[in-house]
Amino acid sequence: MPVNLKLLTSSTFRLGAVYLTVFAISVAAILGYIYWNTAILLEQQIEDTLEAEVQGLAEQYRQRGPAGLLDIVNLRSRESEGGVYILTNSIGRRVAGNLPALPAEAVGERGVIDFQYPYETATGTVQHTARAFYIQLDGGLRLVVGRDVEERRRFNDIIRTSLLWALGLTLVLGMGGGLLTSRNFLRRIDRINDASRTIMAGDLAQRMPVSGSGDEIDRLSSSLNDMLDQINRLMAGMKEVSSNVAHDLRTPLTRLRARAEDALRSGNPDDHRTALEANIAEADSLLATFNALLSIARAEAGQAREGLHPTDLVPLAEDVAELYGPIAEDAGGQLGLSLPASAVVRADRQLVAQALTNLVDNAIKYGRNAQSGAPVIQLSIEIQPGGGHAIVVSDTGPGIGVADRERVKDRFVRLDASRSQPGSGLGLALVDSVMKLHGGKLLIEDAAPGLMVKLVFPPATG
Amino acid sequence: MRVLVVEDDKEAAGWLVKGLKEEGHVVDHAANGPDGLAMAMEKVHEVIIMDRMLPGMDGLTVISELRRDSINTPVLILSALGEVDDKVMGLRAGGDDYLAKPYAFNELLARVETLGRRKSAEPHKTRLQVGDLEIDLLARTAKRAGEDILLQPREFKLLEYLMRNAGSVVTRTMLLENVWNYHFDPQTNVIDVHISRLRAKIDKEFDEPLLHTVRGAGYTIRAGQP
Repeated sequence: MPVNLKLLTSSTFRLGAVYLTVFAISVAAILGYIYWNTAILLEQQIEDTLEAEVQGLAEQYRQRGPAGLLDIVNLRSRESEGGVYILTNSIGRRVAGNLPALPAEAVGERGVIDFQYPYETATGTVQHTARAFYIQLDGGLRLVVGRDVEERRRFNDIIRTSLLWALGLTLVLGMGGGLLTSRNFLRRIDRINDASRTIMAGDLAQRMPVSGSGDEIDRLSSSLNDMLDQINRLMAGMKEVSSNVAHDLRTPLTRLRARAEDALRSGNPDDHRTALEANIAEADSLLATFNALLSIARAEAGQAREGLHPTDLVPLAEDVAELYGPIAEDAGGQLGLSLPASAVVRADRQLVAQALTNLVDNAIKYGRNAQSGAPVIQLSIEIQPGGGHAIVVSDTGPGIGVADRERVKDRFVRLDASRSQPGSGLGLALVDSVMKLHGGKLLIEDAAPGLMVKLVFPPATG
Repeated sequence: MRVLVVEDDKEAAGWLVKGLKEEGHVVDHAANGPDGLAMAMEKVHEVIIMDRMLPGMDGLTVISELRRDSINTPVLILSALGEVDDKVMGLRAGGDDYLAKPYAFNELLARVETLGRRKSAEPHKTRLQVGDLEIDLLARTAKRAGEDILLQPREFKLLEYLMRNAGSVVTRTMLLENVWNYHFDPQTNVIDVHISRLRAKIDKEFDEPLLHTVRGAGYTIRAGQP
């Protein structure tokens, strides 16, 4: 689209045009009012004065007769500034006044007329316009009383011209200003467009221009930039996850392949059988890893959010404790419960149960007491200050150092102490994503001694 | 048992048919939805194994069609979609069980045999008996050789599920799904511990063991030698 056409179709310009139209109409109304007040009202006033004067003269005529009128007309003709007078007799001849002849326009009994008359100046005679009131008196006399309105006419012309000019200037300046502002605005929007196109083309480091004025375009740019930062973070996370997945799956796949190769070379049917069984177990554990990754991905995608229903955490915790209690006891330890009567939150039973079994499973595997070598686990539900609930799993084991507490939530992170145990390093990552899905938090704290893991759920309302 | 396998993947189908035949079942195979529907309409099968994604007609649609025609042959749905929601959808369409790919053959076999037996079992029994072990489903009590056995509620549920499927192999996953209602696999083999506790209660003091471990598959409860 050519630049000029783009400018004309821009929303700023159109908005400006609408505003200008409204503004021009207002200006025209104001100027019209001023014109009417000055010119039209003044003319009206003159007419009224003239009519009053004529009425007065007619009265004089009735009282003092033709001679009296004649005197007054002659007196006023001489003394009045800008006044024009003429009194004619029945055959139309001038008997008094300063006009050379009866104006041709003065026909009929009475009325208001505009006419041209010769005006004497120092340099000669010019035609001036006068406005006059005329009346026919008894005995065929005709009286014309007028005022020279030449000055006023010119003044009116000047006012009219100025007003029209003012209106024109308003339109031109408004239009120009509108074009200028919309071009400015359009240029900033274009810069944002250019930036986004560059980003779409693959330059993810590019950001929207921010002028620093803090106006709405700046705010929009800042929001877009924040969004881009978030996307960048997510993409970086995804990249890290994919490379972690690739790395962590390479080891079991290598084992799988090596075992099969080894068995093929050996040629002993017993070795074949052992290798195949080991490979099936390896494939099952790979599958478990994949399933855990899928569960995390699903929880993170938020698709399962519709699966959240008001759920009582108490029976859920009791079920998990009942499932794992014997395991803890077989390991020489115990799984203690301390639960309230009920703790209803919005939750997906399967996902929370899976998260909780992961925690209890971890506690049994890694939470063994240093002296007794047995896992002593406490499973409880706390009411949070804000009204939510938290499932708390604590053990008396070695705990997790402050430096590692955030890191263990990442995928495939296995602390050195746990490397000897089977596991994928996905357990806490799954718990973390499940809690995020529930709008809650996974907190890893110190049970002094031991580890305390909290699943914090927001209040059930909303 | 006569089993119908509706699966479009040649290799997977061949492997399934071979495995089921080796276990002594009679197997028919259909490679697409319409053929599967037509064969199922003959009502000669005891169990149908139905892949979800099929050419011609979706597996769930085939099941819905069958159920509309009042053909209630038990159906095991196979699917690459393993999430709980997908399972729910499959079961709602009229499927009787759901197995996510990839699966162990033993898992599939156990589920097929359980499904085949479920049809012949009397649904309204109030007492179940295996050898001299007997449970009362109404009183929730268990007796072996006339002696009362004290069971926790969950142990009773576990025993009930095993006894309803007496003679068939039930896998750990089946137990997790049906006894604990968990549709995920815990990291540790938690079921084994519960089974051994149950075994201690019902078998320990008796000469003939009833609860057997089937290596690589699961557990079964039965009296006498197979």
